Amino acid sequence: MSRKTLKNFSVSWLQVLNEAGEIDTTLCSETQQFTEKTLKSFYESMVLIRAIDEKALNLQRTGRMGTYASIRGQEAIQVGAAAALRPSDWFFPAFRATGLSVLRGTSIKTIYQYWSGDERGSVVPEDINDFPVSIPVGTHIPHAVGAAWAAKYKKDPIAILTTFGDGATSKGDFHEGMNFAGIFKLPVVFVCQNNQWAISVPVSRQTASATIAQKAIAYGFEGIQVDGNDVLGVYIAVKEALEKARRGDGPTLIECLTYRLSDHTTADDASRYRTAEEVAFWQKKDPMLRLKTHIEQHFAWTKADESALREEVDHRIAEAVKAFENTEALSPLEMFDTLFESLSPELLRQRAVLEKRLNEST
Amino acid sequence: MSKLSLIQAVNQALDHEMTQRPEMILLGEDIGKDGGVFRATDGLVEKFGEARVVDTPLSESGIVGAAIGMAAYGLRPVAEIQFMGFLYGAMEQLVSHAARLRARTRGRYTCPLVVRTPYGGGIHAPELHSESTEAFFIHTPGLKVVVPSTPAEAKGLLLSAIRDPDPVIFLEPAKIYRAIKEEVPDEEYLIPLGEARVVAEGSDVSLITWGAMLHPTLEAAAQMTAKGVQAEVIDLRTLSPLDTETLIQSVTKTGRAVIVHEAARTCGLGGEIAALLCERALLSLEAPILRVTGFDTPVPLPKNEKYYFPDCKEIVKAIETVVQF
Repeated sequence: MSRKTLKNFSVSWLQVLNEAGEIDTTLCSETQQFTEKTLKSFYESMVLIRAIDEKALNLQRTGRMGTYASIRGQEAIQVGAAAALRPSDWFFPAFRATGLSVLRGTSIKTIYQYWSGDERGSVVPEDINDFPVSIPVGTHIPHAVGAAWAAKYKKDPIAILTTFGDGATSKGDFHEGMNFAGIFKLPVVFVCQNNQWAISVPVSRQTASATIAQKAIAYGFEGIQVDGNDVLGVYIAVKEALEKARRGDGPTLIECLTYRLSDHTTADDASRYRTAEEVAFWQKKDPMLRLKTHIEQHFAWTKADESALREEVDHRIAEAVKAFENTEALSPLEMFDTLFESLSPELLRQRAVLEKRLNEST
Repeated sequence: MSKLSLIQAVNQALDHEMTQRPEMILLGEDIGKDGGVFRATDGLVEKFGEARVVDTPLSESGIVGAAIGMAAYGLRPVAEIQFMGFLYGAMEQLVSHAARLRARTRGRYTCPLVVRTPYGGGIHAPELHSESTEAFFIHTPGLKVVVPSTPAEAKGLLLSAIRDPDPVIFLEPAKIYRAIKEEVPDEEYLIPLGEARVVAEGSDVSLITWGAMLHPTLEAAAQMTAKGVQAEVIDLRTLSPLDTETLIQSVTKTGRAVIVHEAARTCGLGGEIAALLCERALLSLEAPILRVTGFDTPVPLPKNEKYYFPDCKEIVKAIETVVQF
């Protein structure tokens, strides 16, 4: 008989670029030293996805788009993860990953279409292995796991990445997906964007765990907490996890600690449940500020460079908005056309009913 | 040809299709060494290996959710859920994802998967092991729902379900897994989804049913023949999409309909069929459409379950009522 400690666990933390814009190069392997070109491209991507986000909010406010979930404050996660992924990898997003989807190759127009209530916004281009967003929270996690399982079965040398928020970790599907991934040692990387708020409920009401990262331990694989406002830390953690997955060494959970600077969606008013002081505190930790500080200090990034970048981004978005607003209306009959590979007589009959109604109203 | 039970026919269909399709995977609880709690997958792990016949954790949403990811990736997953009463854990995966994937991505992704599960009562099992809640799934656009009624039907329908490019809920009548044996062709044959089967032709009344209830319905039809009433018996086979034409044609001919299902009455498929016949065959009707169904209560535990399910006697009464109306 005895009473003893069976296991001890620890959870690690990673931050490579701090709020002062300093990089700890000892945390980067020899092959992972960040060049001027890479750092500038990360910054450019951040500026792009923030501007896409701001334009979406603007389109919504002016009645040209529907309810929209902003990614403001979470750009470092999305730029870092996108840079670490290969085109052959697959990506399963929750609904707050607009930036990652765009950086993977989905057009800005498609993103605006989705949030304006047009199903064509969920049509991911054929050459991009991404799923459309999952509106039910966390239920896409088992899909990522199933795809990883299929990739392993087919011996495809790829990895699967899925993103979700802190709220999703309270859902059963998070548990079921993580459990499967651990048991079958699947090539999947779970990226939790812990932005500390699930609409009005703080992360302290989602879990009593000190970190979300530590939940991985219970499923038999590694979890790590990364400064989610540090694009370099996210990049390194995701890259290592993807390589591990592709090697056949199984899944990883990466908790990216960040903050939702915006309301939950345009239908929400976050001032009802959180303080202005808290938001101001996190605004100082804005992921873009520290990277900008770094490139200004080290690579003579000037105001002219900045305005040239902004101009280019604004132009690209203006073109996308134009394309979005000039898109031909979606035929209402389309609601039938891809429900099944072939439609039953009853569905064809109902389709004809709608067609007749449309003809009568014109 | 061999004389097989329904469960053996299911096993033969799975075996056949696993041999044909390297991209097909079976997943579920206890389906490996144990061969499934009803033995539907008996011997398959030995033949196809653990990578293709996968014992999963006890995790219904995980099973169906993972199957969706597999299907989208290009595999052909066939999942087993031990009892229909445990399928509810995967409801969100089926309704919010599997059913919608093709439509919401306008065909960019598809979801060719089969979820097999035993349904219905009559096996004296514990609570929640006798569910017949097919209406949940029939009501969900984007899913197909198939129910075989005999061993030979089970094989041909399951082969079609596996080959179908869209998600199929395949409900196996647990009550008759072993109760009847019939000749089942050894070679492959496909029974198209969406087509009902006229089991017996008749001119006086249409008896519309599916799955395990086909058998008491046939018994009732035979009793009525002795009384000079020619009943037409229709086995729906596919509950969604419904073969509306066969139903309308039959009732146009007979003028009378009795619908038999073991599911609860309210919002059961019988109500939908009655509405359809009223909308599209009203002038042919010579009597009210009657339903012989389970009650709007939970299925009782085994000691009282026999009072819940329709039986031959109740079906005969309903036929007599519409014929004499």
